[in-house]
Amino acid sequence: MAAGAITHKRVHPVRSFLVGDEPMTTGLWGIIFFIFSEIMFFAGLIAAMLALHSDTLFWEPTNGAHRLEGGELRPILFTILLVSTSIPMQIAAFAIRKGNRKAMLINMGIVLVIGVAFMINQYFEWQHAEFGISDGPYAATFYTLTGFHGAHVIGGLLFIFAQWLRGLLGHFDAKRNTAIEAATLYWHFVGFVWLLVIFPLVFFLS
Amino acid sequence: MATLAGAQTTPYAGANVWRAILEWLTTVDHKKIGIMYLWTAGAFGLVGMAFSLVMRTELAQTGTIISAETYNSIFTMHGSVMIFLFLLPVGAAFMNYSMPLQIGALDMAFPRINALSFWIFLFGGVLLTLSFAVEGGTASAGWTAYPPVTLDTGNNAEPPGAGMDMWLVGVILLGQASIFGSVNFLVTIFKMRAPGMTMWRLPLFTWTTLVTGLLILLSTPVLAAALVLGFIDRNGAGGAFFDPAAGGQPLLWQNLFWFYSHPAVYIMILPAMGIVSDVFGVFTRRPVFGYRSMVLALVAIGLLGFIVWAHHMFTTGGVFLPFFMGATFLIAVPTGVKMFNWIATMWRGSNIFPTAMLFSVGFLMLFLIGGITGVFHAAVPVDFALHDTYFVVGHFHYTMSIAATFGFLAGCYYWFPKMFGKFMNEGLGKLHFWLVFIGVNLVFFTQLLLGLDGMPRRINDYVDNPGWELMNMLITIGAFVSAAGMMVFLYNVFYSLKWGERAGSDPWEGTTLEWATTSPPPPHNFDSLPEIRSERPLFDLRFGEKLQDDPHYHVSNGHNGGGGAKTPSASAREEG
Repeated sequence: MAAGAITHKRVHPVRSFLVGDEPMTTGLWGIIFFIFSEIMFFAGLIAAMLALHSDTLFWEPTNGAHRLEGGELRPILFTILLVSTSIPMQIAAFAIRKGNRKAMLINMGIVLVIGVAFMINQYFEWQHAEFGISDGPYAATFYTLTGFHGAHVIGGLLFIFAQWLRGLLGHFDAKRNTAIEAATLYWHFVGFVWLLVIFPLVFFLS
Repeated sequence: MATLAGAQTTPYAGANVWRAILEWLTTVDHKKIGIMYLWTAGAFGLVGMAFSLVMRTELAQTGTIISAETYNSIFTMHGSVMIFLFLLPVGAAFMNYSMPLQIGALDMAFPRINALSFWIFLFGGVLLTLSFAVEGGTASAGWTAYPPVTLDTGNNAEPPGAGMDMWLVGVILLGQASIFGSVNFLVTIFKMRAPGMTMWRLPLFTWTTLVTGLLILLSTPVLAAALVLGFIDRNGAGGAFFDPAAGGQPLLWQNLFWFYSHPAVYIMILPAMGIVSDVFGVFTRRPVFGYRSMVLALVAIGLLGFIVWAHHMFTTGGVFLPFFMGATFLIAVPTGVKMFNWIATMWRGSNIFPTAMLFSVGFLMLFLIGGITGVFHAAVPVDFALHDTYFVVGHFHYTMSIAATFGFLAGCYYWFPKMFGKFMNEGLGKLHFWLVFIGVNLVFFTQLLLGLDGMPRRINDYVDNPGWELMNMLITIGAFVSAAGMMVFLYNVFYSLKWGERAGSDPWEGTTLEWATTSPPPPHNFDSLPEIRSERPLFDLRFGEKLQDDPHYHVSNGHNGGGGAKTPSASAREEG
């Protein structure tokens, strides 16, 4: 290739979708690497769940209580709600890439409301579960995994809320939006991990 | 502290001692953070060494001086302190200090997160050490903390107390510090390189930082998962994860633990390898032989490191032996490549042997013994025979402990002039080297023999089989000889800080960018950077003009893609 032939860089559509066409900032690289480490953390926990399930004599709660069943409506509903918040979050990122701060704030607001609702539901799920954390591998896994996921949801919500406040103060425009892109990527990760956590717990592992 | 602050003669270091202390406590400068890592880890290293001397005193003769419980606690803390608080953070110290300088960066990508890593590390370390003060004492289940020994199953006579929980939480914190650090290293290398510093021109130490960073990033979280499961298991879950009686699996802990702890061996040894590579590149007065193969071997070691963890669990009967045996054997190949490259670098080099170079050559010898005994262990039948004997202890000390320490000591002697603007004393350095080299070989080679004779590890007393008492006495003598060597080193550090010969900006005629700035460097690292056209920019600066017409010069530096001879103008265009 002759020198000087490259006048503009063509950006891969997937990359363009996820983090926009601007050059990747250090902050974005940082959050991407950090998400990889988080993925490995949950990989460890989920591997533990699968290993325990595959090779234990008593998986069901040892106090004879019911565990969560696939037929129950509420977990499914809140799963759909949480995962679908990736859409307004991504729309918020799209909006700020075009410089539309108002649309960004509205969409992030939707994410915050649904996210908080999800956590409140989690609280009730824990309250109403008929087994405690010491009732065997299933129970311990259930509380550990949903607990650590919940901690990450709270972390993600705080992250988004902080950026939302910054947005209210007039931060962010089409060029400077690393924190929004980072929050978006992190939020996608939180939703995706929920699928990996809840589907085995509720539907697959019996 | 005054010594620390005094050594860094930047115009910003206040004359007032309190201001200087405040400046160190609040610094986000990667150089100062690196030096703080170095001092802290060095102090913890001395603590770990003291533990080893206690153990050796106990084992010097048959009969007991300290109780089995105390012995358990001491060997657990020796391993934990040496690994989590000495070897890993010393690597982080050099990566912090040198890597940004080597790539011509101003600082790390996230300076404040860098400082956060250091303080989390310090807090975790203090928590781990404070467990001596709590009831029930420290963790005493070995640094591997295998359940159900870590649990209160009702069967163990003295269930582990709060010290075990402090150990678990402390190591989680140390892991968190590592993860933040690794994100920082990776982003710094990918984003902060000076113009012209392409990936194929990174100094080898920077390459090892990159691979180490990836290993930390992807393996440490798995340890964190294991540790939180262990913590929950002890505090609430009632053994549901790891106690078979409650439905848990001890092997699950071992799998998760070694998924981190095998890569952790490479996290400790790779930075040492990087230091040694750079030292060879300077003191043989030749480019390191096979730069690209060095990098590829590094990457191969990093990748293979993730698929061999179960060779620590051969005797459990719970792992697929042929796969893990084969994969473990494979690691010898890239390691051998590196070994031959180092030797080939010295071959017909104009070698000089200051202390840094001595430690690097010592590294090769120790790592060779460690590596070859590692291949012994990879063979399942041999491993079955030698598992949990002193042969294992000798092997892993030769590789990840002593070889890595030799690499780091080489780094100390090599970068000390850069850090503090003064040379370390060479005479004391050579005394240090010979004492430690003789001492550690006496310790660990004898341990290999003792292990072949069947002496089990982790016991505080032994029957006097023929030769055992003699060999144990030799090991103890060796331990004290190497400790004496380390005292010489300690004296040398303080002596040189005060009375060391002044070093200029480039005292070794180095080849990498850290030598292109003053010693110690200013807070912003560089006033100006030389042109970077190869992985040895300072060599080019010094000899580039002279060697303009020498065809070999351009071939040997043709690491910028495509291979073969390149004219300077062609490579200059590529950068643009």
